[in-house]
Order: sequence, then C-alpha cells, then structure tokens
Amino acid sequence: MLRRMIFMIPLLFGITIICFSVMHLAPGSPTDLQTQMNPRASAELRERLRAMYDLDKPLHIQYALWVRKLAVLDLGTSFSPDRRKVSDKILERLPVTVSLNILSMILILSLAIPIGVLSAVHQGSLFDKLTGVFVFIGFAIPTFWLALLFMILFGVNLDWLPISGLRSLNYEYMPPLVAFVDLIKHLILPVTLAAFGGLAGLSRYMRSNMLEVIRQDYIVTARANGLSERTVIYKHALRNALLPVITLLGLSVPGLIGGSVIFETIFGIPGMGQLFYMSVMSRDYPVVMGILVIGAVLTLLGNLLADVSYALADPRIRIS
Amino acid sequence: MERDFWQRFSKNELALAGCVIVVCLFIVSLVAPWISPYDPTEIHLDNILSSPSAKHWLGTDQLGRDVLSRMIWGSRISLKVGFVSTGIAILIGTLLGAVAGYYGRGVDTIIMRFVDIMLCFPTFFLILAVIAILEPSIWNIMVIIGITGWMGITRLVRADFISLKERDFVQAARAIGASDFRIIFIHILPNAMASILVAATLGIAGAILTESALSFLGIGVQPPTPSWGNILTAGKDNIDIAWWLSLFPGLAILVTVLGYNMLGEGIRDTLDPRLRG
Repeated sequence: MLRRMIFMIPLLFGITIICFSVMHLAPGSPTDLQTQMNPRASAELRERLRAMYDLDKPLHIQYALWVRKLAVLDLGTSFSPDRRKVSDKILERLPVTVSLNILSMILILSLAIPIGVLSAVHQGSLFDKLTGVFVFIGFAIPTFWLALLFMILFGVNLDWLPISGLRSLNYEYMPPLVAFVDLIKHLILPVTLAAFGGLAGLSRYMRSNMLEVIRQDYIVTARANGLSERTVIYKHALRNALLPVITLLGLSVPGLIGGSVIFETIFGIPGMGQLFYMSVMSRDYPVVMGILVIGAVLTLLGNLLADVSYALADPRIRIS
Repeated sequence: MERDFWQRFSKNELALAGCVIVVCLFIVSLVAPWISPYDPTEIHLDNILSSPSAKHWLGTDQLGRDVLSRMIWGSRISLKVGFVSTGIAILIGTLLGAVAGYYGRGVDTIIMRFVDIMLCFPTFFLILAVIAILEPSIWNIMVIIGITGWMGITRLVRADFISLKERDFVQAARAIGASDFRIIFIHILPNAMASILVAATLGIAGAILTESALSFLGIGVQPPTPSWGNILTAGKDNIDIAWWLSLFPGLAILVTVLGYNMLGEGIRDTLDPRLRG
C-alpha cells in the first residue's frame, strides 16, 4: 500500500514534465521565431505568457517555479475576460463531471455484469451470440454519432427528452419533486450514451473472466460437493470473476474523463469537459494546462483506488 | 506456413468480410474524383439542406454541397489519418518495446515508467491540449494521434521480445557474433510481426474514430475539406431539420471501423487461435 503511494511520486513527476513540455509548444516560448510567424499570438498575449511562466528565466527554473505553484493548486488566472483563478473555474465544474461519470459507471456495471455472466454461463446460446454482435458493434460505433441519432429520435421526433443542459429554463419555479424529475430527464441521454462505450468492453471482459473461472478446480469441487448450480455460479464463480473488473474500472477512468469532452459539448452540460473544449477553442492556455494536470492526477487516483480495493477484496494479493 | 495462413484466412468469414470492406474503401478513395457525382466543395446557396432525392442521393448540406460527394472525398481523409497516425504509433511503439524487451534492466524500467506516465493522461485531453497550441490541420492531427497512441504497442512488443530473446535461435545468432541491432531487427522482430499487424489493424480503426470525433468538435480537419466528422458537425447544427446530415456520415464511420476491427480480429484468429480473447 505504502509502496503504491511511493510509486506514484515518479509518475506525478513525469506528468508535470509532460504538461510542462506541452505548454512550451505554445507560442511565446523561448523560440520567439515561432511566435512571430503565428498571427494568432498577439503582442499582449505574448507579454502575458511571458509574465505568467517566467519565460525570461532558464528552463529548469521555470519548471521548478511552475511545480511549486502547482503544489498549492495555484494554476494561474484564466485568459478569458473574467480573469478568474483557474483552480476556481475548474473546481466549480469538477463535481458535475465526476458525478456524471459515476452515474454512467453504475449503469455500465449494472448492465455489463449480468450480460457477461449470462453469456458465459450459456456459452453459444442465442443470447451469447446476440450480445457478441452487440459488443462488436459497440466497439466500432462512434458514440457522438449515436448521441446525435438519439437526440433526433428522442429529442426532436418523439419530443420525450430534453437534449441540452442539465435543467429547464423555469427550473427555479418548479416544486422540488418536479425539479428532480426534470434533472433526471436531462440526465438520461448523456448518462446512457457515456455508458455505452464502456458497456461493450466490460461485458466482453466479464464474459471471458467468467468462462475462465468456471473451468477452475474449485468450481468443479463445489459442484462435486452437490451445491446447486445457482450457488456455484452466483456465489462461488461470480465473486472470483468480479475481482479483475476492479482493475479494469481503474483503467477506464481516463477514457471516461476524456469522453466527457464530447458528451458535455454535445449536450451542453456545464462540466469540466465543456470547460476544456471552450478553453481549447479560445486558446485559454492556463485553463487547458490546469485541466490536463487535473485529468491526469484523477486518473492516477482512480488507479490507486482500484489497487487498494483489489487488495481489500482479494486476500491473496494482500498477503503476497 | 504462409500458404497455411491464406488457407485459414480464406475460411475465416469475419476476416473476409472485413477485408472486403477495407478493399472497397480503398477503391472508393482511390477513384473519388471519378465517381463523386458533384464537386465536394461547390456551393449552391439556392439548394441548401435539400433532403435525399434522385439528384442528390444523400441530400445537400447547409451550403448546398452534395453530401454523397463529400462523403466519398471524406473517405480519403479517414484512410490517410488511419494509416499515417497508426504508422507513427507502430514505429515508436515497436522501437521502444523492442529496446525495452531486449535490453531489460534500467532501460526497460525507464521506458515502461514512461508508458505508465503517458497512460495516465486521458488521451483525448492530451490531443486537445496540443491542438489548442498548434494549428488544427490534418497533418498535426495525424502526428498527434500517432504520438499519443503507441503505448499499447510498446507493451505488446516488449512482452514478445522478452519471451523470444531466450529462444534457441537468438542464442545461436548471438553465438555466431551477430550484433544487437541485427538480432533485434533481423531475427526477433519478424517473429513479433503477427501481434504488431493485429495491433496496427485495430489501431487504424481507433485512429479513424478519434479523427472523426476531433473533426466533429471542429478541431480536426478544417472545412471546406470534407471529412466524415465535420459533415456530422453540420448535422448537429441542423439537427431538427436535416437528419440525413447526421445519419449517413456516421454510418460510414461505423462500417469502416467495423471493417478494420473484423479484419484485425480475423487476422488474430488466423495467425494464432490461442490469442482469441
């Protein structure tokens, strides 16, 4: 456990180095030639960049200064007219993105696990074949396209669900229950679609885990002891097949966070992904860099959390 | 061995179907100038957003351009992006993986830690951040997708090298005094080609998906150059009136990605049935 924590330090260090180098691709970096060639970099922008990143100092000192600021979450101020602190801008949007991702993660788990288990237990059945096809298409389908189709079908043609934002305009005048239903209705499409991509991967993974587990000796032993098929599958096999899923969840964090750019932009959800997209479009470098660092750190934390839960769930890991 | 491969390959329906799709796409993008009914960038403001008809099979977009022609030309973009960016990823991934697996020890640790670090970044964030700084152009996109997509290949190649370098033929090569360079590239690498080929085919599919998402967000291939992703942007802008702008380009992406995935999985099954996931 402690070793894992120590292991994170060089990773964090590497993350900051990569972010720092990406930042130095920016116009206004010591290679001024590039700046002069780039019509988008105005004189004012160049000045601000210079002041902000201490570009008059040598590179390693610049890096040290930047990391020192980073350590106290001082990510600088936004280039946008509001001139707000980057950390404030990100922190107010982070909860939206994180809770959306948790919701879609719950949806993925509650669908993928039964699908995977059932298709493994009934290997070769019609259900298994159908889910196989579904998984194959799920891997290939561009989810933003699926989002467009769902918006056309459920939003425009059927007019069942709202297609933009998290709340209706008259949200503040609604009684609490109606407001809650309103929020749910806004969430259905984005959460479903964000879950879709992970669903294919996880159900396939779950299926192959389960197939492997039910061939193990201890399952044969359980059957030989006369336990019912139900107990064998849902008590003995399922628990063991679920273990590796914990790791996969940790690994899927970057994908989910990255995907939030697309979904939040399409559905107009005020989360970190949308902020990132808008900052990229307006070349608000401090915000872009801040989100890049935070996204990577969140991934690192996700992986750590997965490792810890794995150790908690599997005694074999804890002892060795 | 090779004959064996083609024999098994031709019996694998999945691989064949994928192969047919991929070859068709190649042909379409090759003969695009001759088969597209209209100029893909020709604007007709008197005929905007007209629904599919005999004259315009897949309708026209918000500037009156023929959607079918734009999609035919768009296939060139996805092909180019798929191959170039995957080529870059394969090059970096194979080189680093080979060095890490062959030399082991310190070199291995450094390279694999670097892989771990790169895997921490949500790839899409990294790509967007670099594009925010450079100009969004097709060349930048291909390079960026390539240099953010090599980590899986490095792991794969490294694992292959670690098991292969202990084999007798490598010991024999070393015994007759072959250089490291020769052992890596002439003796071991050809044996690792199978998994690289599969990863490359699946990588092309991934690169095409990423490019279409970037173009859809308006930070990929820039208009007026047609790409499947940026036609979909027009589809989103006109979502309540022009369904055809949203439906067809996405279908093209789906079929293309499906094609490469089927081909990749098919090759994997053919080369080594044990690898089947």
